[in-house]
Amino acid sequence: MSATLPEALLVLEGPPGFGPAVEGEALVTGDAFSPRYDLDRATGEISRRGHRAEGQNVRDRILVVTTSKGGVAAGWAFYDLKCRGLAPKALICRSTNSVFVQGCVLANIPILHRLTPDPLSALRTGDRVRVEPQRGRVLVLERASSR
Amino acid sequence: MQLVSATGECALQLDANEQAMLDGAHGGAAQWALAMQVEVGRFFGAERMVPVTCAHMMGDMEVMGEAGLELLRTWADKEARFRVPITTNARCVDFAAAERLLQDPAMVRKERELIGCLRAIGVMQTDTCINYQTVYQPHFGEHVAWGDTGTVIYANSVLGARSNFESGPAAFAAGLTGRTPCYGFHETGCRRGTVLVEVTAKLEDLADWGALGAAVGRACDDYWQVPVLDGIRTAPSPDQLKHLGASLASYGSLAMFHMAGVTPEARTLDEAFQGKQPERVVLVDQAALDAVFASYPADRPEVDLVVLTGPQLSLFELRLVSELLDGRRVHANTQLIVTTNRQNFAAARELGHIEAIERAGGLVLVGVCFYLMAPGEMRERFGWQNVLTNSAKLANIIGGYRYWPIFRRTRECIEAAVAGRLEA
Repeated sequence: MSATLPEALLVLEGPPGFGPAVEGEALVTGDAFSPRYDLDRATGEISRRGHRAEGQNVRDRILVVTTSKGGVAAGWAFYDLKCRGLAPKALICRSTNSVFVQGCVLANIPILHRLTPDPLSALRTGDRVRVEPQRGRVLVLERASSR
Repeated sequence: MQLVSATGECALQLDANEQAMLDGAHGGAAQWALAMQVEVGRFFGAERMVPVTCAHMMGDMEVMGEAGLELLRTWADKEARFRVPITTNARCVDFAAAERLLQDPAMVRKERELIGCLRAIGVMQTDTCINYQTVYQPHFGEHVAWGDTGTVIYANSVLGARSNFESGPAAFAAGLTGRTPCYGFHETGCRRGTVLVEVTAKLEDLADWGALGAAVGRACDDYWQVPVLDGIRTAPSPDQLKHLGASLASYGSLAMFHMAGVTPEARTLDEAFQGKQPERVVLVDQAALDAVFASYPADRPEVDLVVLTGPQLSLFELRLVSELLDGRRVHANTQLIVTTNRQNFAAARELGHIEAIERAGGLVLVGVCFYLMAPGEMRERFGWQNVLTNSAKLANIIGGYRYWPIFRRTRECIEAAVAGRLEA
């Protein structure tokens, strides 16, 4: 068992994902996400009117979404965002399609999916979390309300 | 080689050739590409790679940015070469119209350089999102590595070919290695229908088929779902299936559908479900179809922009638009934009359809799709606020660029372009 485990308030587990372990602040949205449909890629701000995270910036956040929305844009867009310092630090999806994974591999952004318990209900925006893709798990280190 | 996953399970198996590629024996580009593919394959539990006959790649300046261009420069300099033919998807600039559309000269310049890099590597510059109508029709069971999503869902569903959504870098990688990880829609089990869709709505205009795709896509918004459409009485045209597929892929991120009695893996409902029961049933009646149109209401009667795109128009669609416009004039306060590819443009010009659209004041763009053209910047430069379209896919996407999307049938779009306003 990892030394960090006793300090975690909650552990979400699933199949191994991609990328290095990272820590950051969660941005949880009950909507699906696409960097083309929803994001102002010049600023990193979610720009679609009516998106549940409209106005929030994805930069350096652990972005938690239901699933990948729409088309193939994320394949290049995540790399472009990463190189301009606007990318999310990691992605957690309830379930992802191939495109998000391809984009995350190119950009070296950690990604995980199919975790239990469901990250959409277990995680809240502002939670401090540790993402460990190789071990297929996410640790909640600190709750938003306690910060 | 066996790559052992973190949980200790044996995962992806590479053959000797692939292992050599991963070790760098076939050059840096193939090594880099296969390493990416191995990671993606591992993520989805692929057990092997599968050879592909061709790749279709999304790659333009608007989505790739400076970082993507730099990557291409590197591989062009290092003389990367493709193992299987790779064609290109619609892009962000029609050079003949860039100035008129006030597109950013820097983006236009970089797009030209990006195309130069792709050509240096050996990419076939086709610039079309309807490759399956004009460039390449894979046969039943053929494995390909395609993106954009509209091309993938058409290949899987209508042609019975096999592809996952391969985004730009993934299709690029598949072109370099000649293979792709074998998971998802390359495997028979994943192609099994999961949701039964009972359709009773009337389907006439292309927009009706797009609306059907939207209704189903909203109800099953998960790449791993495969809807099976039943009850459709009319024999659909390729353009109708094109709008249906593009819309399903856009609203649901879906890569495959079946239509009982129409698509090749659904000669019967039982075959579509591979002998299993559907997980659930969705009804699309007239009210459900009407609700899709109603979800894109007009913000005001005046229409700034009418766009027919997403997917690019076929020769038949261009003919329809030219006939609807024949001898009429697009309103002075409204801009009409139509997009197609080079092949259809040439054929439609020969038949007089391009001239008819242009004479009416419409703008026909070649090799692009509207939503790829940095539309947010165009909106600001021209002062456009709303956009009227017969493409359910465009209506879904364009809100992210802060347009007000209005979705109507083809004739209503053309009537509004002429009147400058939507009839109440």
